[in-house]
Amino acid sequence: MDSASIAPGWVPVAASEDVIPRHVFQGKLWGQELAIWRADDGYVNVWENRCLHRGVRLSIGVNTGTELVCQYHGWRYANRNAGCTYIPAHPADAPPRTICNRTWPAREAHGLIWTHLGEGEPALPEAAEAPLVLRAVPVRAAPGDVSAALEGFDPGEGLAHRGGLVFGDGASTLRLFVQPMDSGLSAIRGLVSGPLAGEGLALLRRLNTALTAFGRAAEAAARQHPAPAPIPPVYGRVSEELAEMPEMAAGTGKIRVTIAAKTVVAEGIVSLDLRPLRGVLPAFQPGAHIDVALPNGLVRQYSLVNGPGETDRYIIGVKREPQSAGGSLAIHDSLKPGDLLAISEPRNNFTLRRDAEETIFLAGGIGVTPLLAMAAAMAVDDQDFRLHYFAAGQGHLAFPERLAALGERVQPHLGLDPAGTMAALREILSRPGPARQVYVCGPGPMLDAARTIAADQGWPESAVHFEYFRNTHEIDDSSSFDIALARSAVTLRVPAGKSILQVLRENGIAVPSSCGQGACGTCKVKVLEGIPDHQDVYLNNAEKAANDRIMTCVSRAKSDRLILDL
Amino acid sequence: MADPLPDPFMLNQWFPISALQDVHDRPRRTTLLGEPLVYFRDGSGCRVTGADGRALPVLEQYACLWTTLGRPEGGLFPIPEYDEPDRRNIAAGSIGVNVSAMRGIENFLDMGHFPYVHTGILGELPHTEVKEYNVELREGGREIVATECLFYQPRASTVSTSGADVEYVYRVPHPTCSVLYKSSPMDTRRLDVIALFGQPTGPESFRGHMVLSILDDVNADDFISYFQLHIFGQDKPILENQMPKRLPLDPRAETPIRADKTSIMYRRWLASNGVTYGVIPAAA
Repeated sequence: MDSASIAPGWVPVAASEDVIPRHVFQGKLWGQELAIWRADDGYVNVWENRCLHRGVRLSIGVNTGTELVCQYHGWRYANRNAGCTYIPAHPADAPPRTICNRTWPAREAHGLIWTHLGEGEPALPEAAEAPLVLRAVPVRAAPGDVSAALEGFDPGEGLAHRGGLVFGDGASTLRLFVQPMDSGLSAIRGLVSGPLAGEGLALLRRLNTALTAFGRAAEAAARQHPAPAPIPPVYGRVSEELAEMPEMAAGTGKIRVTIAAKTVVAEGIVSLDLRPLRGVLPAFQPGAHIDVALPNGLVRQYSLVNGPGETDRYIIGVKREPQSAGGSLAIHDSLKPGDLLAISEPRNNFTLRRDAEETIFLAGGIGVTPLLAMAAAMAVDDQDFRLHYFAAGQGHLAFPERLAALGERVQPHLGLDPAGTMAALREILSRPGPARQVYVCGPGPMLDAARTIAADQGWPESAVHFEYFRNTHEIDDSSSFDIALARSAVTLRVPAGKSILQVLRENGIAVPSSCGQGACGTCKVKVLEGIPDHQDVYLNNAEKAANDRIMTCVSRAKSDRLILDL
Repeated sequence: MADPLPDPFMLNQWFPISALQDVHDRPRRTTLLGEPLVYFRDGSGCRVTGADGRALPVLEQYACLWTTLGRPEGGLFPIPEYDEPDRRNIAAGSIGVNVSAMRGIENFLDMGHFPYVHTGILGELPHTEVKEYNVELREGGREIVATECLFYQPRASTVSTSGADVEYVYRVPHPTCSVLYKSSPMDTRRLDVIALFGQPTGPESFRGHMVLSILDDVNADDFISYFQLHIFGQDKPILENQMPKRLPLDPRAETPIRADKTSIMYRRWLASNGVTYGVIPAAA
């Protein structure tokens, strides 16, 4: 292999016009197949051309404008961060964020798409603005040989060799680049700038003829030697924890973001537009939330409002709650654009199934935020849904542009008293069906009412999904009991006044947690034996009765001992 | 790169090389495990000769001609339904696919692709869920069986007008053959049998022979064959775009999900039998 004879750094792998909207272009570099696609926001992605599930080429998949969907099982990968956002075979599970396709850096410049396989951030080759882009000329010869031979190439047009692969006549410049596709396969790409470029198509034809003739000669020379073996492609291995059945895992890494904008989106509600300080934000699914560490030391959870493909930022909505401990006031009163914040990776404990024939979203007040993300995800797929939005008045409907984009599928219910809300919920939930799903997010009393009405009208618990903002129940931590950890073969005592989570942490056992009040589901652990004393609002009644999982931040034991799968 | 030699487990298997209805007096050529073969019919039955002209063992079973390059222990796996007198046994077609036979078998065992690859026939959006099912080794570890496999199909039978969950049972009694059972639209207490018999022509190519044993007394053979070829024709371009073409046995090569329980067991079963042909063995 003669990769050493090729300068490391950016290599052109496609022309800008190959990467047209809603298309996936198949490229190749050093034996590695690439799936190159442009999202509707203009971002160009250069990925390994292979779905992580069963190895099918992503270049035969579907570019939705925001995601790349594999043709085989419909796995969806997000623009920019390449994270898997949905696995249709398991509609109730959130895919772990660690399912992430292999990406390479991508730049679009001078009418070409560039990438590099090396480390670091080399400088892009220079060229004049808006040059004329040659059609790629494929040559069955080793890239190093093609590069060397090109230095003796005579392009005609009065252009003389000026060193490297640059040719000029004083006013106009022809720059050639060799794309090393494989050990024995190259593509010659090129750019023309200066007065000559004004000739346009006629010049491109003449240069194409000259380069094609050059390519034939180079191929004839290459045939004098045995063809080099193709470079075996390197397939990215999946991480160890994904080699078995994937489970939800919560991220602990802190991400630094800057507030790009703070906007009033309804009476008493502001939105924050959070951009990464560096790199790319991790993937998320509709319904996901992040922890935000506030300057006053509080950590608060906020749902992402982002629609599919909105991967360059996180958008959250925050309601001003004067009675609260100060999280919302800190955001409303002291944060401003340009401020830095630390946030967690997104977690999703409020998963959207996309295999329903009809989906009903019930939002109460600021509870609309995760449901907006879900509705946007269903809207791009033309799936059937309705978003019922309960609010005090027109001015309290948050994110009006996003609501407008959803059109008639949004139905506001304004200024209803508790009795009116109950009546409206009974009407909305009057027709349970096998392929219908309900998602509720809002204040505690509204959630309780919606769940009770749904159960009364015959909805199965498995079809009613909910997310509480917080647990308003009084936590009783007066009991004491033992926890046995099956995998670690350790037994620990949980005394009154301490949570299971605290005891685990004091003993060096890391369990992810987020809200600390049994509302978000992050600290869920499997129970192998024993009867939990459920005090959370995350599990539904059937899940609580099954006694096979527990929220370790608030729930305790009714039995003397719990055996946990830790 | 020279073609690899078959491992003992693969070498000592019976493999299908043709539907019996396609064996004639005039000799035809085919390939098995990289070895060129010739087969034909004479007065005493079907004959197969190897590359050096030697006569190879022959079985005429399940509407196919089978042979071997090794020394199999006994005959073929049983499909008892095949001998029931009121069934129609049909060789529904043979298709060449440029991917390992094991990739082909895994696709045959997979329900998750129905709504995406066989849209409107074996599945339909948005019904994408693969529900929990059972998979186990039976027959002293010689066979993988997956039961209670439910999947939503738009027209569960020729008589129903709405979609419903259809139940499947899958058997893998052979490294490149699988048999599936599906409730019969003609008799709800009995099951139709659809088999895929894989002929590994090379480590990265196979011919799939489809054989049915069904309780259908309405449709013509041609129609049934056309239907099966249509389904397989939808799978072929997907299979030929799988990379690598050989089935990777390293658990970290690809990302399994719960829906892939059968294929996870199939990969482990191939590894435990020492299979190296048509697969990429996990690094030791």
